[in-house]
Amino acid sequence: MLLIHCPHCGPRPEIEFVYGGQANIMRPGGAGVTDQQWADFLYARTNSKGVHAERWRHVYGCGRFFNAQRDTTTDQFVDSSGPRT
Amino acid sequence: MSSVLRMAAGGRLDRTKLLRFTFDGHEYTGVQGDTLASALIAVGVHLVGRSFKYHRPRGFLTAGAEEPNALVTVVRDVARYTPNLPATDVELYDGLVAESQNRWPSLSFDLGAVNDHVSRFIPAGFYYKTFMWPRRAWRSLYEPRIRAAAGLGVAPKEPDPDHYSQRYAHCDVLVVGSGPAGLSAAQRAARAGLSVILCDRQSEHGGSLLSDRSARIDGEPAQVWRERLLAELASGPRVTLLARTTAFGYFPHNMVGLCERVTDHLSSPPSHLPRERLWQVRAKEVILAAGAVERPLVFPGNDRPGIMLAGAGRTYLNRYGALAGRQVVLITAHDAAYRAALEMQSAGAQVAAIGDVRAAADGPLPQAARSLGIPVHMRATVVGTSGSQRVSSVRIAQLDDARNVQGSIQSLSCDLLLMSGGYTPSIHLFSQSRGKLAWDEGIRAFVPGTAAERTHCAGACRGVFDLAQAIEDGAAAALRAAQALKANVDEAPRPHVECDAMARDGFIGALPQPMGHEPKKAFVDWQNDVTVRDLALAVREGFRSIEHVKRYTTTGMATDQGKTSNLNALAIVAGELGRAVPQVGLTTFRMPFVPVTFGTLAGHARGQLFDPVRKTPLHEWSVARGAVFEDVGLWKRALYFPRAGESAHQAVARECRAVRTGCGIFDASTLGKIEVVGPDAAEFLNRLYVNDFASLAVGRCRYGILLRDDGYVFDDGVIARTAADRFHVTTTTGGAGRVLALMEDYRQTEWPDLKVWLTSTTEQWSVIAIQGPKARHVLQPHVQGIDLSPGALLHMSTARGQIFGAPLLLFRVSFTGELGFELNVPADYAAAVCEQLYAAGEPLGLTPYGTDAMHLLRAEKGYIIVGQDTDGTVSADDAGLGWSVSKKKPDFLGKRSLARPAFGNPARKQLVGLLTADRTTVLEEGAQIAERPGEPAPRRVIGHVTSAYQSEAVGRPIALALVAGGRSRMDQTLYVPMNGREVPVIVTSPVFYDPKGERLNG
Repeated sequence: MLLIHCPHCGPRPEIEFVYGGQANIMRPGGAGVTDQQWADFLYARTNSKGVHAERWRHVYGCGRFFNAQRDTTTDQFVDSSGPRT
Repeated sequence: MSSVLRMAAGGRLDRTKLLRFTFDGHEYTGVQGDTLASALIAVGVHLVGRSFKYHRPRGFLTAGAEEPNALVTVVRDVARYTPNLPATDVELYDGLVAESQNRWPSLSFDLGAVNDHVSRFIPAGFYYKTFMWPRRAWRSLYEPRIRAAAGLGVAPKEPDPDHYSQRYAHCDVLVVGSGPAGLSAAQRAARAGLSVILCDRQSEHGGSLLSDRSARIDGEPAQVWRERLLAELASGPRVTLLARTTAFGYFPHNMVGLCERVTDHLSSPPSHLPRERLWQVRAKEVILAAGAVERPLVFPGNDRPGIMLAGAGRTYLNRYGALAGRQVVLITAHDAAYRAALEMQSAGAQVAAIGDVRAAADGPLPQAARSLGIPVHMRATVVGTSGSQRVSSVRIAQLDDARNVQGSIQSLSCDLLLMSGGYTPSIHLFSQSRGKLAWDEGIRAFVPGTAAERTHCAGACRGVFDLAQAIEDGAAAALRAAQALKANVDEAPRPHVECDAMARDGFIGALPQPMGHEPKKAFVDWQNDVTVRDLALAVREGFRSIEHVKRYTTTGMATDQGKTSNLNALAIVAGELGRAVPQVGLTTFRMPFVPVTFGTLAGHARGQLFDPVRKTPLHEWSVARGAVFEDVGLWKRALYFPRAGESAHQAVARECRAVRTGCGIFDASTLGKIEVVGPDAAEFLNRLYVNDFASLAVGRCRYGILLRDDGYVFDDGVIARTAADRFHVTTTTGGAGRVLALMEDYRQTEWPDLKVWLTSTTEQWSVIAIQGPKARHVLQPHVQGIDLSPGALLHMSTARGQIFGAPLLLFRVSFTGELGFELNVPADYAAAVCEQLYAAGEPLGLTPYGTDAMHLLRAEKGYIIVGQDTDGTVSADDAGLGWSVSKKKPDFLGKRSLARPAFGNPARKQLVGLLTADRTTVLEEGAQIAERPGEPAPRRVIGHVTSAYQSEAVGRPIALALVAGGRSRMDQTLYVPMNGREVPVIVTSPVFYDPKGERLNG
């Protein structure tokens, strides 16, 4: 079980969190969004081996989303203080 | 049976406490401190099991949890029936009952042993190659027969009556293993003021020291040092000592799972104690001092009872005072094993010879053996053994470099053949933690390399076998851990250790055989009956990856997970492939290190406690009305309210009739409710839902549809604007959690600029639905502050008032098609309001109805249930709800997806009604729909039935269905294959009842 550092509450066990998928996926807006841009937003994810930017939500705690950087090969967090996006 | 094999003194036994036990119905006596294995050895019983595949007689290979052979079933009663326990790991208690496994009719006469004589026809993977024809016979004949003949123990047939507990723990340093290195590490860490948990699988702390009687520390026997050190640790305020506690899994971020066996060693376990306890330990630093497993040698006939590891023979002698044999031969490839021969000799056994695979052995132990007159043969190999149910002789040859026999082959009589190929470090937990392994050529084994976690390895588990060095290594590991934690470390006195110096040697693979002789029945994996030939065959058949060889031959599988066999198997495969061992690599280590009971992992989460049960405030009221309940997620919901003598069908029909002609009362409290508050609340909902919520007037409601961004229906519900900056959002019962989560996601991450707050109010409001033409008549006398008359409270509007003195948020809404009201009452008032309202309404015909009637009533009106009539691939338009989608709003969830051409395809599946042509058949929900009758399979399917009921109001069965291009198929006849026949159905509008919606006005 991961030990996740919530930037607001401190280290807490994984069972208090839900995973929020890859971070920094911008939801395209406006009239000129192409099918490709929209499909990328909906479905394209990097599935990185190595450091991966991802979102977590401390749902059974403060309830807030935050960004973290985790190495998918070791599960070690490089950083978990990022701004939410 | 008094024992001549039990030593008069010595060992960790209390000889005054006699323990009676039975094995396969025979009564024996052991003493306190015995394992089942040591007690049997002390009475001369070595035949304890039949092997997995060939049913060969087997005895004890080891003295610990790594045992592959001596698996037994321990029986307390019909439910407490535990198969596949290594007898070497079962602590003896008075009255213990054990049975052998995989034999019929008896252990000494086993008919399955015929397999041994046909073994050349059933090599590894034989079932992939034979028993192929006829195909049907595989399931009915071959597989059941093979499964019955092969195998381990039998699972108990009754539920487990014991209870299991679970707990979390945190510490600075977790030390796994309390051998010399672990004890030394724990002492140093505790002295640095750190909180320490020290766990060990065995019943006592001490590891290899428990089996040692030669080493001396600080001038005293090592046992004395061990006891002093344990006393110091036990008095430490921040030290937790856990015996009988196995670290079975190493999880990310230094979470280690421990299984503590609390009562299995007790004769009569007290009922208040859990059988086992799961510890989930989060340690800042972990010190692995897990020790090493002695490695067998691989030679023909190496599996007979009486052939065991040298260290095991030593443990039975020194720790359990049991002499495993009187006529001993030792075959080894390293110095340490000589100690077993020397100690057996001094205990009264006769050591006939020692065979050493190496070319030379001149350390102090081999010298001591020679000086005692024991014949020591160098460059030795074993070419065979004899003995049907116990080893009786061993044939030793001396080979030159060309594998020619030098001299003659010697046959030596023996009743105990000790063997040792060296020690394999227990790297299981280190590897589970994703640490990288390194190859140590000196000891021919993998050792820990680079750690992935905050892990420090010490002692034999990293190849440090020498006692003095292991103690030093443990202290050094603790020092590193303490430094990482910035603890103050003072200079601790270093113990002075006297022990025999030993060369770091060992042997892996199969012992060489004379040129031209293939090894026969040379076992690599005892538990799965995998031989050298099986591995060689797998390589010849083209398997290259060790992972594939493992799966094909099953080497290293089953309950022991190849603790004694993996390295030998690897070396044999590497030899066949002509590659170096480290190039072939190891199979992956996974948790658990030893088998863990399901009970331990489940803990208290079984039966009633498996999941929480959610009951509405009206639950007891429903119980008193005789409700039958159904589970909806975690909720208990009233399904229907049968009266005396009524069937479920009759009850539902009566409830529906009451709602259509009079008035029904329904507990809708499980509806999800979210309060959306703030200056931007309207804008927020406008961006989420497909509907226009900015224009919704205060006091009005709107049916909202929520899509995901991919354009498919996610949830629906009525949303009321209760103030300019306040909305009362309802969701489906099952969707409450995920809708709030989705809302929070967009609120926090997409639109953090919006001033809006979200609060779950599902459990704050209880909801009583009053539905039917008489609803107003029943309700009005009890409602204060709200005029229910048609002109005053419009359909789809809301108002605040009071009912029976309780606060009331009233909605005029309908999920039945009738005039309807939903009373939102604070949960604490709900039961009282419901009781009084029902008491007043019952004489007027107010009838409780359940979710079955609710489902039928809404289906008659074509109202969908998200998740039943939709499935994650249905758009709002598909569901017939295209009218709700705002054309004016610039954006909402899923809007961009709706512009994709696929969403405009007229052939999409659309929601329609179906009427069965015979007017009697109720379709099956989930049934497929075909366009043409009588087609042969596979038929082209154009849709499926989503909801189906017998409708009294319509007068015939009705169904909702998703059908390709459904709305353009009105009045077409389609066909539903069902129960071996074909039901013709007519496509119709999904609104079966009151299509103009006039009944909403009462």
